Amino acid sequence: MSLLEVHGVAARHGLLTAVRNLDLAVEEGETVALIGANGAGKTTLLRTIAGAHRPSEGRIVFDGRDVTRLPAHRRAKLGIALVPEGRRLFPNLTVEENLRVAAAAGRKGRWTVDEVLETFPLLEPLRNRRAASLSGGQQQATAIARSLLTNPRLLLLDEVSLGLAPVVVDRVYDALQPLFEADSTIVLVEQDLGRALSVATRVVCMLEGRVVLEGPASELTREQVTDAYFGLRRGAAA
Amino acid sequence: MNWANAVLHGILLGGLYALLATGLSLMFGVMRIINLAHGSLALVGAYMAFLLTEHTSMSTYLSLVIVLPGALVVGYVLQWTLLERSLRAGELVPLLTTFGLLIVIANLLQEFFSPDVHSLPSGSIGTASWRISSHFTVPWLDALILGVAIGALGSLQLLLRRTQIGRELRATAADADTAELLGVDARRVYAYATAIAVATAALAGVFYAMRSAFDPFSGPTQLIYAFEAVVIGGLGSLWGTLLGGIVLGVAQTVGAQIDVQYFALAGHVVFLAVLVLRAVLQAGGLRVLPRGAAA
Repeated sequence: MSLLEVHGVAARHGLLTAVRNLDLAVEEGETVALIGANGAGKTTLLRTIAGAHRPSEGRIVFDGRDVTRLPAHRRAKLGIALVPEGRRLFPNLTVEENLRVAAAAGRKGRWTVDEVLETFPLLEPLRNRRAASLSGGQQQATAIARSLLTNPRLLLLDEVSLGLAPVVVDRVYDALQPLFEADSTIVLVEQDLGRALSVATRVVCMLEGRVVLEGPASELTREQVTDAYFGLRRGAAA
Repeated sequence: MNWANAVLHGILLGGLYALLATGLSLMFGVMRIINLAHGSLALVGAYMAFLLTEHTSMSTYLSLVIVLPGALVVGYVLQWTLLERSLRAGELVPLLTTFGLLIVIANLLQEFFSPDVHSLPSGSIGTASWRISSHFTVPWLDALILGVAIGALGSLQLLLRRTQIGRELRATAADADTAELLGVDARRVYAYATAIAVATAALAGVFYAMRSAFDPFSGPTQLIYAFEAVVIGGLGSLWGTLLGGIVLGVAQTVGAQIDVQYFALAGHVVFLAVLVLRAVLQAGGLRVLPRGAAA
């Protein structure tokens, strides 16, 4: 049984269909890179899995339990965490308050506020700073730390490098490295193909709301991925 | 009454308005609901106390031991049954819902309590006052109300800053979707916010009813004063609300010093002046409107 099963899910924004009849399974311990051009439906898919977006069709099964109708906060308590695009910190709360909201409201487990501050040492001196006053990289580290505090069994990372300087992106990925190595189950959306392929065990490529290519990261050629990414030779790729 | 004494009484009166305005500000801050029934809910608190003092030997002060928990329950249930549903239907629906609630409350109160004017017994505190000099007097009741208002605002401030419920309230106010993703049940947080708002309204209602006479249709007047205090003080700031209440109170008592009929009018004029001043300053590029009010 897979940790996450997405069965025939469709999701809309008004009249626009962002995700169409999509199937996806994520096994425990995998790192799945979800790639695709802008508007391929990656963010909508992650938000639908996390419960922030209601699917118009299909089922989402997490750890054998149908969670399709559960609100986001119930899914968070079951162990689904989303680091949303744009970080979405609570601007008027301090770093520590941002973390403590998640620590108290989310699922209980090994991550505690002290533990994440040890894992992300750059946050320690910022504890009492308002989140709005942080730099982009510091905000991203806080957002990731905050999601870890819900002790996720499945961590969804949506464009953690968006809007950050390359050197800061390196630092964010350095911080994530222990998670990639520790058999955590992760689905990440990443625009940087090279980086996505280097950290992922499996790659899923979306185009216009559908999965057009998937396979182990080590077996896919860069050409296959870029073709699927841009929708070239779609018949062969699918 | 001389001028300085009028100002002093205005400051004391400000405590009552701040207390009345707190819940209105809290509900708008957390849920973006402008609760038009807020004054009427304050009145429900007053009538609850009226029932208790009429039918038992309880003093009005002691009745708060029952009225406040009762108001918390009323707020909690009100959120789950009525406001939550209307929130889901869009931004304007809560405005209509609470307007409807205002009318329903007024008519129910009239049905149960008759349109008669009542007031709550205020005991010996109600008539006593300190005479500081021949020009200055401080009524005990008004001083007590200001003290309670400061105490209530301070407690609320502590709750918001120091407790998990407070952090969840602030987080949900800022971004309910993201709070949900972290395991915060936004609907439960909303119910807490409304419960606190109705309790502070009831507290204000009881004190109001000790100071002056009330009838089933006194709610909207209280709503206007609360609304003015919130706008003058700036949304989203508890101590701003206290300041807003005091400015409104001083405007009214100073207005009444000029002519007794100017009591309410002077408050409205100051309120309008603040609104206009804000608009002018904002047009000039100065961002003086607090968060949330500019949108």
